Amino acid sequence: MNSQIAAILTMDGVATGAIYVLIALGFVLIFAVTRIIFVPFGDITTFTALTLADLEAKRLPGTASMIAVLAVVATLMQVTALLRAGAANGIPRALLYYLALPLIPVAIVSATAGTLLPAPLRILFTVVLILPLGPLLNRIVFWPIADASVLLLLIVSVALHFALVGMGLFFFGPEGVRTRGLVDFSAEIAGTVVSGETLLIIGSAAFFSLLLYLFFNFTLYGKALHATAMNRTGARLMGIRPQQSGTIAFLLGSLLAAASGVLIAPVDTLFYDSGFLIGLKAFVGAIIGGLVSFPVTAIGSVFIGVFESFAAFESSPFKEVIVFSILIPVLLWRSYSFVQPEDEADE
Amino acid sequence: MNARTTKLVAVAAVLALFAAPYYMAPFTITLLNYIGVYSFVALGLVLLTGIAGIVSFGQASFMGIAAYATAWSSALMGYSPWLGLVLAVVVTCTVAAIVGLATLRLQGHFLSLSTIAWGLALYYTFGNIAGLGAYNGIGSIPPVSIGAFRLADSGQIFYLIWGSLLLSFLAAHNLLDSRMGRAMRALRGGNTLVASLGINALHIRLATFVIAALLAALSGWLYAHMSRFVSPTPFDVTMSIVFLMMAMIGGSGYLLGALVGAALITLLKNWIQDILPLISPGSSGQLEIVVFSVLFIVFLQRARDGIVPYVAQWLPAPRQQKPLAAEAMPRRAQPEKGGVLMTVDAASRHFGGLVAVNNVSFDVHANEILALIGPNGAGKTTMFNLITGTLRASAGHIVFAGKDVTRASACAIARAGVARTFQHVKLRPRMSLIDNVLLGAYNRTRAGLFASALRLDRPEEYRARSEAIRQLERVGLGDRPYDLAGNLPLGNQRLLEIARALAADPVLLVLDEPAAGLRRQEKLKLTELLRTLRAEGLSILLVEHDMDFVMALVDRVVVMDFGCKLCEGAPEIVCADARVQEAYLGGVA
Repeated sequence: MNSQIAAILTMDGVATGAIYVLIALGFVLIFAVTRIIFVPFGDITTFTALTLADLEAKRLPGTASMIAVLAVVATLMQVTALLRAGAANGIPRALLYYLALPLIPVAIVSATAGTLLPAPLRILFTVVLILPLGPLLNRIVFWPIADASVLLLLIVSVALHFALVGMGLFFFGPEGVRTRGLVDFSAEIAGTVVSGETLLIIGSAAFFSLLLYLFFNFTLYGKALHATAMNRTGARLMGIRPQQSGTIAFLLGSLLAAASGVLIAPVDTLFYDSGFLIGLKAFVGAIIGGLVSFPVTAIGSVFIGVFESFAAFESSPFKEVIVFSILIPVLLWRSYSFVQPEDEADE
Repeated sequence: MNARTTKLVAVAAVLALFAAPYYMAPFTITLLNYIGVYSFVALGLVLLTGIAGIVSFGQASFMGIAAYATAWSSALMGYSPWLGLVLAVVVTCTVAAIVGLATLRLQGHFLSLSTIAWGLALYYTFGNIAGLGAYNGIGSIPPVSIGAFRLADSGQIFYLIWGSLLLSFLAAHNLLDSRMGRAMRALRGGNTLVASLGINALHIRLATFVIAALLAALSGWLYAHMSRFVSPTPFDVTMSIVFLMMAMIGGSGYLLGALVGAALITLLKNWIQDILPLISPGSSGQLEIVVFSVLFIVFLQRARDGIVPYVAQWLPAPRQQKPLAAEAMPRRAQPEKGGVLMTVDAASRHFGGLVAVNNVSFDVHANEILALIGPNGAGKTTMFNLITGTLRASAGHIVFAGKDVTRASACAIARAGVARTFQHVKLRPRMSLIDNVLLGAYNRTRAGLFASALRLDRPEEYRARSEAIRQLERVGLGDRPYDLAGNLPLGNQRLLEIARALAADPVLLVLDEPAAGLRRQEKLKLTELLRTLRAEGLSILLVEHDMDFVMALVDRVVVMDFGCKLCEGAPEIVCADARVQEAYLGGVA
């Protein structure tokens, strides 16, 4: 390997890593606020890419029917819960949030699916269509067990991933897709040609990280989320509803997943089940950050991207094995250098 | 249904099962074989998840390692399948031990997440090694032979599968009913208590993890020689979640849950495979997992405990008799009266900028009752945590029985003879009173995993139980030893903690607010008990707010305020001290 190849591999790795950054930040965000390790994150990323590809091919994306089904289920659950609690006056609000809002993008996309819209509009519609996915899954799957232990939530989360992958095949079919390029230019940095896509990915990752930072530090909602993450009971006593914080966290998570999906769609061929591996690699980044620290998570994710890029160069069939094997030293390092807080009693 | 009927039913069920190849269709026998093979893994998961509270998504990969080990050695290298068994067990357990050592110190979800990643990594490894058949797998694995008799037919290997499954269940049952089993169950609900009992939580976790892997290895070995073919697919992450599903749907807190879950899921899977192609030809493989996942999610939302406990609540509870009196356990030699047992020398503890304990020194003499008192926030509980090793001192030294224990772990200090109770009661609410007390006697018993699984621990176990009953009677809780600890009122829970501490046969008993929540009569009884203990040679250190209780009982008092020691001495001298009065009542205006 000469320095030229090393530079290309590094550049490639940083781009992949930047996508992992977006997903890993979402993991940490959702885990901190809701204690849910949201394994299906990568699936949402892939669903975004598949949706975009469908729109490009002038097909109605499978996401539309998926969201419609989920919205109906969530609405039914919410209305039943309200009726049982004797709070029927909350029903119009529930209909607005769980049925009307998610169905608006579904309607728009269904109406325009036959025509090829300009790229920015396609991307916008895709993102807006994907956004409700996180909060809806949260309402349907996780609300009924919000009090459960982290481990139980994790089991549910893994089961949800398998359900989503199966649904992915059903709604999107088995073909792999790759969308058209988002930008068409390249630059030369330090003697290496860098594609516009790469720059766009890195720029977006930086942009969303900054956005997240600003949100947490300078908005009231951000502070409420932060408070919920630090201490749920305390936050509740201050009038912050953990459920609402959870919804916001999932909404932001959806946004990050959608962004990563839009960015990865032109650079990688994706199938309905590609999300698991993408998500798990981002997870390794999040674990480097201990599922707590945003900056360390970002650094860790970039590292994983670069590491993967070199591993793929050295031994393509074993690249997943090499990437996941790095978990062992990472976990050893974490287990010997960080004091663990007392496990919450789950009896 | 009494014990005898239960036994009869169990024997009849086993007989009916073992006669199955004579009256059931070969297809049903094959299905039963799969149920048996999967039950091993589910049994491991019950021990791991239900008992010890560790979730693994990697059991199928352990099964895969074992299956590949035996496939390689018997089909490719031509050795006996029995050698394959040895290889499978050794390789699987070694891998499990390494994986466990890397993750078991961390909070549970790190282990669970890593098992997903390793499961995937293993899948790609098997799939890419040409020497192991890559994604095509290894075929023509020979059947197991016993002597000259080849278990080639599904009706023949049936006996091997179900025979060894029965033995595994028996061993697991014995294990749970022993000192090791109690330690495993104590893991759920936090490490502080476990360490304070002198139980090395990491060892127990690791042992449980390896046992679960061992069961998966047995399953993998049987699987390889039953289906005579291995490929990466049956051992992927999807299968791991199916195993977890079996354990949890059956009832992960109960051994029988493994069998019920494995049977139910295998039959369900079989049924779904029959009907799904009718609904949606083409994508039935994926739809199957959707149906399973959705069912699992709904199940976890609605009935987390599983089927076995649901059924068990309709059956009469097994009647348990008080253990018979057995020979008393050997006691520790208590130190001579009057000598110095523990020295705290200039101990400090900071939490960031907050100084909770500041340069505090005092001695605990052998065979005395010493009270540590002070207003709220004086640093008494922190001092207790330093003495018992729950926290490490930032500066200073603590010497116990001539040994410096400043840097020793809570576990080591407990083994040296310090037994404690907690200000916020720490019990295992879902274990019985006697089991909670027996946890205290953990370090007075020696039986290991094998001895416990093979029931070689009984003489020792009976002596420990008799001791536990004696301690329960001592604190006045001896009449219903098999009640659940969680059902006791708070005052009695404190007494139970004292009984547990006494069962450890300590040199120094450390009590954090033992009288809180007790009624007057109970307090008098407690005073009486503590005096008796002192008369027996025990040394006692306690924190208490009830001054009548303290002053009537103790030999000496140490007063703390704002993290510093104010004064020490006999109760009447301390009461008369102006500084103490100021600390408690405020200064004279």
